[in-house]
Amino acid sequence: MQAELISKEGTQEYFVNMGPQHPSTHGVLRLLLTLDGEIIRKVEPHIGYVHRSIEKMAEFDTYKQIVHLTDRLDYLSAHMNNEAVALLVENALQIEVSDRVKVIRTIMNELTRLGSHQLWWGVIGMDMGAITTFLYAFRDRELINDIMEETTGARLTMNYNTPGGLMFDLHHNFQKQVKDYLKFFKTKLPEYDQLLSGNVIFTERTKGVGKLSLADAISYGVTGPSGRASGFSCDVRKTQPYSAYDRVKFNEILMVEGDSFARYQSRVNEMWESISIIEQLIDNIPEGPIMAPMKAVVKLPKGEFYQRVETARGEFGVYVVSDGNKTPYRVKFRSPGFSNLSVLDHISRGHKIADLVAIMSTLDLVIPDIDR
Amino acid sequence: MENEKLRQLISSWEPSVELIDGPQYLEVVVPSAQFRALAEKLRFDNQTQFDYMFNMTCVDWNDHFQTIYHLESTKLNHALVLKAKIADHNQPEVDTICDIWRTAELHEREVFDLFGVKFNQHPDLRRLLLTDEWVGHPLRKDYVDEVNMVLR
Repeated sequence: MQAELISKEGTQEYFVNMGPQHPSTHGVLRLLLTLDGEIIRKVEPHIGYVHRSIEKMAEFDTYKQIVHLTDRLDYLSAHMNNEAVALLVENALQIEVSDRVKVIRTIMNELTRLGSHQLWWGVIGMDMGAITTFLYAFRDRELINDIMEETTGARLTMNYNTPGGLMFDLHHNFQKQVKDYLKFFKTKLPEYDQLLSGNVIFTERTKGVGKLSLADAISYGVTGPSGRASGFSCDVRKTQPYSAYDRVKFNEILMVEGDSFARYQSRVNEMWESISIIEQLIDNIPEGPIMAPMKAVVKLPKGEFYQRVETARGEFGVYVVSDGNKTPYRVKFRSPGFSNLSVLDHISRGHKIADLVAIMSTLDLVIPDIDR
Repeated sequence: MENEKLRQLISSWEPSVELIDGPQYLEVVVPSAQFRALAEKLRFDNQTQFDYMFNMTCVDWNDHFQTIYHLESTKLNHALVLKAKIADHNQPEVDTICDIWRTAELHEREVFDLFGVKFNQHPDLRRLLLTDEWVGHPLRKDYVDEVNMVLR
C-alpha cells in the first residue's frame, strides 16, 4: 500500500481537503487534492452540500411556481434563469410575447450579467490577495442592485419574468437610472483594467495557468466566457437568438489562449459588450402589453421541451418532459457550473495549489448552481 | 445535416432504432444493448460529428428507464436527442460514454446517484450529490420519503 503512494521521484503523495469552508471556493465546495509536494496530481470535487433537490421539487410544482425555484440555482444570473423557464413555456404553447417584454428582458439580462461579472471581478482580485478590487466592484454593483430593487422589488432573486411576460411594468424613472448608471460605469470600467489587467503579479499568476484546449472545452461542455476563452463559439445569444438579441449588434468575445488570463479577459471584454447592448435598447423600448393572454392554469402539451439561454456563467438549459398535466413529469436543469466544474481536475493537474485558486476563480463557479 | 438525412443515415446504421420527430429535435431511441455502438458512430463519423453533449439526464417511465443525451455538432450545426432505452427496471444498466464526451463522467455519476442506473465501465461510479449512506434513489417515481416529501 505504501509503495503505491510513492511516486517515481521518490516523494510520498498525500491528500489535502480544500473546503467545504475554504474562502476561495465561494460556497460549500469540497475538493480532495492529491498532492506531490505542492504539485497537484488529482482534484476530486465533492459536491452536494447545498443540494436542495430542486428537480424533484419541480415535479410537484406548476410551471409558474418552477420559475421561482430557478433563481435559487445561480443566484447571480437569477433573471436569466427565470427567463429560461418562461421562454420554454411560451415556446411550447406558442405564445408570442410583445416586443416590449422582449426588450425589457434583454436589458435586464445584460444588467444582471454586468452585476455578475462585477462581483466575479472583485472576488478574483480578492482570491489573489488584492482586497481593493472587491471594494471597487461592490461599489459599482451596489448601484445595479438598486436599479433591480426599484424595478423588481428584489435585489438578488428577482422573479421578474413569468410565463407570458413580466410581473409588472417598468417604473417611470428606469431609463434615466440605467443611462446614468452606464455613464458612470463607463468611466469606472477602464479602472478595472488599470487595477488588475495590467498588474504584474496578477498576470504572472494567471498567464499560461490552467490551459484548456478547444477540443477539451467542447468535450467537457465548458461554456460561457470560460469556453469562449478557448475559442469555443458557444454564445446562445448568437447561435440561437432569443428575446431581443437578434436586433442588437454585439461581438461574441472569442479568444485562443484558453488560459486563466484569457478567461479573465473575456469576461472584462464582455462587460463592454453588455454596456453596448443596453445602450442600443434603452432608448427604444417599444410600447405594448407586458403580459400576453395566458390561461390561469398552464398545461404543456405532451412531449419534451428544451430551452437554452446564455447566463453569466454559460449555457443554462431547462429540459422538461410533460405528460400533459399542470405539473411536469420530469425537469432537468442543465447548469453551466456543473459542466465547468468537471474540467477542473483536467486543467489543474501539474500546477501548484496557489494556481488552483486562480483556475477556480476564472472558471467562476457558483455552488448552488452546481448542486441544484 | 437536415433531420430527414439524419433519419436515413441513422436507420441505415442501426435498424432497431425508433425515430421520433419531436417539437424541437429529432429523437433517436435505441435499445441499451446497441446504444454504445451508435453513440460512437454519431460522435466520430464524418457525416455527423456530434462533438458537444450539452445535456444528459434520465427519465423514469415506471416500467423502464431512458437515459437522455442532447447532442450537437459544433462543426456541422445539427442537433438531436439520443435516448437509450433500458428495459430492466430492477437492475438498470447501460454502457458509459464518458470517454467519448468527457462531460458525461460527472453527469453519469449524478444519474447513478439519483436514479440508480449503473453505467458499465465507468471509471469512478459513486454517489455524487447525496451522502454515501443514502438509501434509495430520490428521482425514481416510486421513491418514498415520508418525512421530507409533501405529496399534493
